[in-house]
Amino acid sequence: MSEFLEYSLLGILSGGVTALVALSFVLIYKGTGVVNFAVGEVMMLGAYLYYAGAVTFELAPWLAFVIALAALAALAVVVERLVLRPLSGQAAVAVLMATIGMASIIHGVVEAKWGGDTYSPPTLLPRTPVNLGEILIPGTVLGNFAVAAVLIGAFLAFFRWSPTGIALRATASDPVTAATLGINVNAAQRLTWILSSLVGTVAGVLIASSAGLSPLLASAALSVFAAIILGGLDSVLGAIVASLIVGWVEAVAAGYLGGKTRDVVPYVVVLAILVVRPHGMFGTRTIERL
Amino acid sequence: MSATVPFASERPASPVGAVARVAAALPGLALAVDGVDLRFGGIHALRGVSFEAAPAQVTAVIGPNGAGKTSVFNTISGFYRPASGRIRLGDEDITRVPVHARAARGLARTFQNIALFRGLTVLENIKLGGHHTMSAGVLSALVYGAKARTEENALRAEIERRVIEFLQIDHIRHRPVDALPYGLQKRVELARALAMRPRVLLLDEPVAGMNREETEDMARFILDVQEEWGATVLLVEHDMGMVMDISSHVVVLNFGQVIAAGTPAEVRRHPQVIEAYLGAESAGEFE
Repeated sequence: MSEFLEYSLLGILSGGVTALVALSFVLIYKGTGVVNFAVGEVMMLGAYLYYAGAVTFELAPWLAFVIALAALAALAVVVERLVLRPLSGQAAVAVLMATIGMASIIHGVVEAKWGGDTYSPPTLLPRTPVNLGEILIPGTVLGNFAVAAVLIGAFLAFFRWSPTGIALRATASDPVTAATLGINVNAAQRLTWILSSLVGTVAGVLIASSAGLSPLLASAALSVFAAIILGGLDSVLGAIVASLIVGWVEAVAAGYLGGKTRDVVPYVVVLAILVVRPHGMFGTRTIERL
Repeated sequence: MSATVPFASERPASPVGAVARVAAALPGLALAVDGVDLRFGGIHALRGVSFEAAPAQVTAVIGPNGAGKTSVFNTISGFYRPASGRIRLGDEDITRVPVHARAARGLARTFQNIALFRGLTVLENIKLGGHHTMSAGVLSALVYGAKARTEENALRAEIERRVIEFLQIDHIRHRPVDALPYGLQKRVELARALAMRPRVLLLDEPVAGMNREETEDMARFILDVQEEWGATVLLVEHDMGMVMDISSHVVVLNFGQVIAAGTPAEVRRHPQVIEAYLGAESAGEFE
């Protein structure tokens, strides 16, 4: 029983970071209607820039972190302006292909510059493990979860109460009407890309500094896709809950069935749930509007 | 043209506390549609349409289905860019001004099919109307700094006093808009437009689908907006009784052209108008 508790706790805690990546994805989908397949690569690039700043250039870790955030925010602005805005109004598949193209470019650049080795960037969080009765929780797991929880809470509050957050929701649901109210739709979508990029970078740095940094980091986004589809593409709350569930399923599967099953079992569970609820647990019934 | 209106192109200032007074003092602007031509591929939707909505008056645009009324509205809003011709707000040519920037100049509108944001409450929808009047930048709004908070409080106070009480929707302010009956949704949409501190208010079929009582309420609200706020009102409407009652000037469109304009009494007697409306059954198929 205590074994099960341990797997469950660790799984749910690691689901916190998954939720951050899912949030990065859902922000874009809700705010701009784009299915962004470059989420994992954005996260990976942010982590490599953090590593370069902190290790190669020997900056203080917090400074390297800030620089990585700024760089990824700037990249989001450029990509939104030069790639996505010209494509707005095109078929969803064309935009989706563009994001896959961007993912490949980032992947190629990272591999060309840093190769396939695994690096260990410095951690921003204390590593001291915490003892909960019989269960020993690694400090980074707890720290990652805490950062994710605070950030996600802040985002939920931002969208729920702040005028800018409400304006972003309005723009997401009806850009034409939002424009007549004086909301600059282009600026709103640019802000959405920036926010998503920042959240992705935070997730990337958290994962890299606890689990190591290699190009494989981008594939962490794969289990996130399971969570997003499970939660419903357009639901922030759904993405969060589903991420925790996927984290839990992964950890329990890995614990009882062996480490290799952690990449398979979540998808089996997701498929099973989708058969019953095709729009995910929290998704809007008609995801595509006319 | 109209008299010169000072600060016509500037966004209304919002010194805290004096918001309502300042906003109340902003007079309606003249709106001029000048020789507008609009084409969609082979369809010539508007042909040299010209008319003016006089400041602080109610002007109506009428005509059979497919006459181009909504096209005129969408051109004024900035969704359509005319092939030729101009739109003027006060002394400013706004033909090339982007949609969102027209709000800051005092242009507000409602839609024929209610365009409220589903999933938001009545108050959230209305506050979005005041969004453009808040000058705190995105970053300070992100951290929700003191300036953003002060501005939001001022906006909220103004909305409470001048919009929610005025339109008698205090009891539903925290309800999600989706669940409201149709007539109330129309009223909430008007409230949102009023929260924009409009100097020119475009109303696209404000009483469509309403019963007698709801129509009378809406007509009274529109007249109040014109009389007490001094806003210029331009409306498209099929309810002839209401149009003739509340408008001081009527413009008649048919097949994308202005066929008559004048006071309600003049328009009613106009032979071409009578003909257009008698033939409206067949013209109705055009859309």
